[in-house]
Amino acid sequence: MYTPVLAALFDLSNPAHYVHWHFFQMSVANVIVILLMIAVFVAAILIPFPKRERSW
Amino acid sequence: MWTTWVRERAVSSLPPEKLLPDRQPSYVSSWIYVFGVATIAALVVVVLSGMILGLAGPAWWHTSSLGRFFNGIHLWSVEIFFFAMVVHLWGKFFMGAWRGGRGRTWVTGAVTFLIAIGAAFTGYLSQQNFDSQWIASEGKDGLNSVGIGAFFNVANFGQMYTWHVILLPVAVVALVVWHVLLVRRHGVVPPYPAKGQK
Repeated sequence: MYTPVLAALFDLSNPAHYVHWHFFQMSVANVIVILLMIAVFVAAILIPFPKRERSW
Repeated sequence: MWTTWVRERAVSSLPPEKLLPDRQPSYVSSWIYVFGVATIAALVVVVLSGMILGLAGPAWWHTSSLGRFFNGIHLWSVEIFFFAMVVHLWGKFFMGAWRGGRGRTWVTGAVTFLIAIGAAFTGYLSQQNFDSQWIASEGKDGLNSVGIGAFFNVANFGQMYTWHVILLPVAVVALVVWHVLLVRRHGVVPPYPAKGQK
């Protein structure tokens, strides 16, 4: 049921898009994953951890 | 008795209060410390979904909707596994987590990461579709060129499947258990001292 919607968003029938800059070449999908990992890493350091009253 | 020796060694190196602690140092209350256990949680899903896939077989995971669902669960739990493991690795690198006699903890984690890459690679080879055939045909030349093609033949499905569902998962799980026991034994690495402090 959701397949056509997802297929419209992620069309896998065509060749992948690539970022190419001098010697650097990487698929856009991999670039997005790496940027997401960096974003999560920075967020994990900056966002305060919730404090909880200890019952023991 | 050897059992006495093993028991005494185990209890002295990992007493119960260290093995199952009920509190952690205050510096552990940060999101960056969550990614180790997130990696393990993803690994549990990877192993369980992999067991279901292995029992049902390729015809099931490629053709039925439930099979494709579990195929997707297996793929995305692996994505989360590597995602969390890389963030965990970055965090521990910048903490200098090998300090204070924690060298083996760092090394077991690094080796687990490398073996997990092999487990993922053999997983792509075990899909039983055109994607796996393409990866095998591309990978064989690289592996032949370094002289291991005769022992690690990516075009041999049975061999790759054995690596993927038995040998490498056993190695990864065993190393993760060892890694966690080392963390419990030596504790979580404290932060670097502030400027001017020793």
